[in-house]
Amino acid sequence: MRIGAVTFPGTLDDSDTIRAIKASGAEAVALWHGDADLKGVDAVILPGGFSYGDYLRAGAIARFAPVMGEIIAAARGGLPVLGICNGFQVLCEAGLLPGALLRNAGLHFVCRDQWLKVENAGTAWTSRYDAGAEIIIPVKNMDGRYAAPRSVVDELEGEGRVVFRYAGLNPNGSTDDIAGISDPTGRIVGLMPHPEHAIDALTGPSDDGLGMFLSVLDSVVAA
Amino acid sequence: MARVVVDVMPKPEILDPQGQAVARALPRLGFDGVSDVRQGKHFELEVDDSVDDETLARIAEGFLSNPVVEDFVVRRVQA
Repeated sequence: MRIGAVTFPGTLDDSDTIRAIKASGAEAVALWHGDADLKGVDAVILPGGFSYGDYLRAGAIARFAPVMGEIIAAARGGLPVLGICNGFQVLCEAGLLPGALLRNAGLHFVCRDQWLKVENAGTAWTSRYDAGAEIIIPVKNMDGRYAAPRSVVDELEGEGRVVFRYAGLNPNGSTDDIAGISDPTGRIVGLMPHPEHAIDALTGPSDDGLGMFLSVLDSVVAA
Repeated sequence: MARVVVDVMPKPEILDPQGQAVARALPRLGFDGVSDVRQGKHFELEVDDSVDDETLARIAEGFLSNPVVEDFVVRRVQA
């Protein structure tokens, strides 16, 4: 099982993502933004950070990187893809997920441990959770406020594609407390909080994030 | 060569906390009478005469703005 983690200029969380992939028992494969090559991976993770300095808009320039052409084509063909934080922003800019992530309503960079409710445990990245489970993982971003036309949000809600919802306090004014969503197949998922920082109680608030990395292994085996 | 200006603004229904922060600061600075501020982006492009309006619209819609949450206006200004 080979899971890729992409590094763009300005990516910060590729090391922790690779650590989390290894902790799940999979082989971690470093993917480089400038290489139009997925190295035969079974799934891809776009880690967090500030790709291209968030210039123009968060994720707006990363979506044109050579590796993204391969990821967009493979994702449309069913490759599981997880976008975390800046990775979620990239997936929205690339059109693989609907909507956009805007400046936090409170205008503060928010960094804290955040409770989330797992609303959909049927996606490729959440099958190890119980539906309705509450997990605590870090959130840390400036542009985390999910926004989309009401019709799009209603469609996401109606189809069970709101995968994660902020429980308790909403850190950024996100529409409907949305923390993460999926595409219609459940194979492409994006979320603002950081599961890769919560795989081990020694270094995070919990090991609740590890379930996402384990879930995708199940989905790849089943495919 | 021509100068082209592209203004990108958050759609009216999109919350603009940066604009609100500016609006709230004005009375504290002694400027009264400004009821609302919306903050956007202003781009100035130097383009060859070969670049047509359709191409400029594609640049504005596909890259300089995110049409999900932003509107844009493209203007050619004095060459």
